[in-house]
Amino acid sequence: MSEYITLNALPLGKRARVRQLTCHGSARRRMLDLGLILDTVVEALLSSPGGDPVAYYIRGAVIALRSEEAAHILVQAC
Amino acid sequence: MGLTAQSTGIGAMDNTLKIDRLSGDIVAALAGNPNVGKSTVFNGLTGLKQHTGSWPGKTVANAQGRCRGRNKAVVLVDLPGTYSLMAGSAEEEAARDFICFGGPDCTVVVADATCLMRNLNLVLQTLEITGRVVVCVNLMDEARRKGVNVDTDALAARLGVPVVGCAARSGHGLSALMDAVRTVAQSESAPVPAVIGYGPDVEKALALLEPAVTERLKGRLPGRWTALKLLDGDTSLMESIRSYLGFDLPSDAVVAEALAQAQSALADAGIGGDTLRDIVVSSLTRRAESVCAGAVRTENSGYTRADRRIDKVLTSRVFGLPVMLALLALMFWLTLAGANYPSQLLSSGLFWVEDQLTALFSLLGAPEWLHGLLVLGMYRTLAWVVSVMLPPMAIFFPLFTLLEDLGYLPRVAFNLDKSFKRACACGKQALTMCMGLGCNAAGVVGCRIIESPRERLIAIITNNFMPCNGRFPTLIAIITMFFAAASGVLYSVISALALVGVILLGIFMTLLVSKLLSKTLLKGLPSSFTLELPPYRRPQILRVIGRSLVDRTLFVLGAPPAAPPPAGLVIWLLANADVNGVSLLAHAAGFLDPFARFLGLDGFILMAFILGFPANEIVIPIVILSYMATGSLTDMSSLADLRALLVSHGWTWLTAVCVMLFSLMHWPCGTTCWTIRKETGSWKWTAVSFLVPTVCGMLACFVVANLARLLGLA
Repeated sequence: MSEYITLNALPLGKRARVRQLTCHGSARRRMLDLGLILDTVVEALLSSPGGDPVAYYIRGAVIALRSEEAAHILVQAC
Repeated sequence: MGLTAQSTGIGAMDNTLKIDRLSGDIVAALAGNPNVGKSTVFNGLTGLKQHTGSWPGKTVANAQGRCRGRNKAVVLVDLPGTYSLMAGSAEEEAARDFICFGGPDCTVVVADATCLMRNLNLVLQTLEITGRVVVCVNLMDEARRKGVNVDTDALAARLGVPVVGCAARSGHGLSALMDAVRTVAQSESAPVPAVIGYGPDVEKALALLEPAVTERLKGRLPGRWTALKLLDGDTSLMESIRSYLGFDLPSDAVVAEALAQAQSALADAGIGGDTLRDIVVSSLTRRAESVCAGAVRTENSGYTRADRRIDKVLTSRVFGLPVMLALLALMFWLTLAGANYPSQLLSSGLFWVEDQLTALFSLLGAPEWLHGLLVLGMYRTLAWVVSVMLPPMAIFFPLFTLLEDLGYLPRVAFNLDKSFKRACACGKQALTMCMGLGCNAAGVVGCRIIESPRERLIAIITNNFMPCNGRFPTLIAIITMFFAAASGVLYSVISALALVGVILLGIFMTLLVSKLLSKTLLKGLPSSFTLELPPYRRPQILRVIGRSLVDRTLFVLGAPPAAPPPAGLVIWLLANADVNGVSLLAHAAGFLDPFARFLGLDGFILMAFILGFPANEIVIPIVILSYMATGSLTDMSSLADLRALLVSHGWTWLTAVCVMLFSLMHWPCGTTCWTIRKETGSWKWTAVSFLVPTVCGMLACFVVANLARLLGLA
């Protein structure tokens, strides 16, 4: 079993499973609404020209997240 | 962009729950995630021309439309696009309140067939509130092309409500949808959808609370759903119950006691605020997964390999920004190169008509002042606006709509977000800036897509740094006259590049001012940013052309040019009403002249900008009118003659640069100011939005003019 990493540390093209959200309140709700619930598989797809935000493939949609948001999502590479 | 019925106030829009319904009408609410073609469904059903855009949050206020069928009329209410009804935002609250308290006979939830599972979240949440639901699975054609097969019968069986497959853009499935809406609305009893289970611990707490809540609500809202929201501490729903149903649910003695019991049951199970929410959302997502299992078969993912490849290029470190600028330049070049000839044709045609009008007036023996007023004042101004503005807009807007339709604009926001984050603002501001290119008032309305109020204000205040279609003609005319002396292809290339330069300056100013505002008036750190990058869609060329011609170009002939003739009249009066032998206009311009010279302009130019407050497109016509009133009457049918007139009044390249700078950066037009007041609800922010670009423009003009003079360049 690999270590938990934050989503923003996931290299482009790699997939990982959501293990934990470390944000609270409305930020957490927004992440959940995006489909980032436990065990969801997420793939880091694209990085913008500046390197941040990064677009992730989440449950059939491409969603861009800034590194601050992605840092609150703990994932495990799969 | 988006000169819509909404932004122009033609449409029936309303923030309240009041619906224009006749007795016997069926009221159907239209809900759906952003980007699922909800507005296309709405337009398809009602025939109302509501412009649809391809980014989240286009439909920000309720729009209504009626569609008549064989029997009862159906009033459709377009709800804001949302991912959820858990009231995380004003849009979600508005959508939820209408479904709960607006009394719709049926709620249509529009879902995107290409990523149905994600969209089912909203469907399931709606089903918890009401069984009178029809699910419209839109974009079936798109899904089929992407290898996604949706079995609507299986979905209907699992959800317990009708499911209709649609391809709203081609109108396919819309009549079946209307039939389903009528059936559901007129059926005696509402369909009973399958209940979503939340696991033993939450169910136990719900069982304690639900009976008391159901008893108190007396069927006006479903007990189970309301009880769940009560447990979740959803204050926004309780507030709405207070205002729409007239009582305070949590303070009801029986409910309060049951709530305390249920809460302690949850606490015993170790379920706190965040955990409960996690369980609720996860249960919904899992349920969506199980509903889709087998009913939605995907040969490859909704985001195809082709999309992936395109995005790799369009957002890459090397190509991302250059491609963006190249596209902008290409659009301008096509616009300029294409507009040249029709512009000349229109201009000579309209000025031929002017000659005929003049001949007619003298034939009828009309007095000179009447001819001046109507023909030289009103008609000439209108003719100028039409011949100079219409052709570029008729080319630019379809091109722009094409990019929008393709799904490129969210990529722009994605590419530029880092710059906006540095300026402590939101990347979605890039989208509102794109809208500002069409019309700043529309751009200001579009700022509603930005969630953080601080960042929204920044976007509103800086929107004016994007030249709108009213200012393009001024910029284009000046570039053409003073900076693109070459002819043919070279001329249009130089002009296009110069325009890109102006836009870049506008972007730079937007970022700079956003940063300054974030450090001063609107202190704060950048908030969160989530942006969906929708799959690329094949644009429908004919529809794009039709829509942009109707929605945008004709709008140019509608509202703003309604302003030039009266404005032309006023200006003619000002220019010809004498006081001590000098016209009022000359008096005013003379007064402004010393200050204007300081900025590299002259009194007439500054006066023109002031008189251009109702509509920016009349600035150059005013300058021409006032110059002509004070001297040589020239035939203004060509830009070369125009240049000669301007030069004879002391214009140099420096004047031209300063006019362009000032055109890019001065007060927003009247409509935009009014819209800012409406959007911010504050005179203070309206004043700030007025002053910020004005001060920037004056500073820029002052520095450029005096530096050039100091260096002896002009």
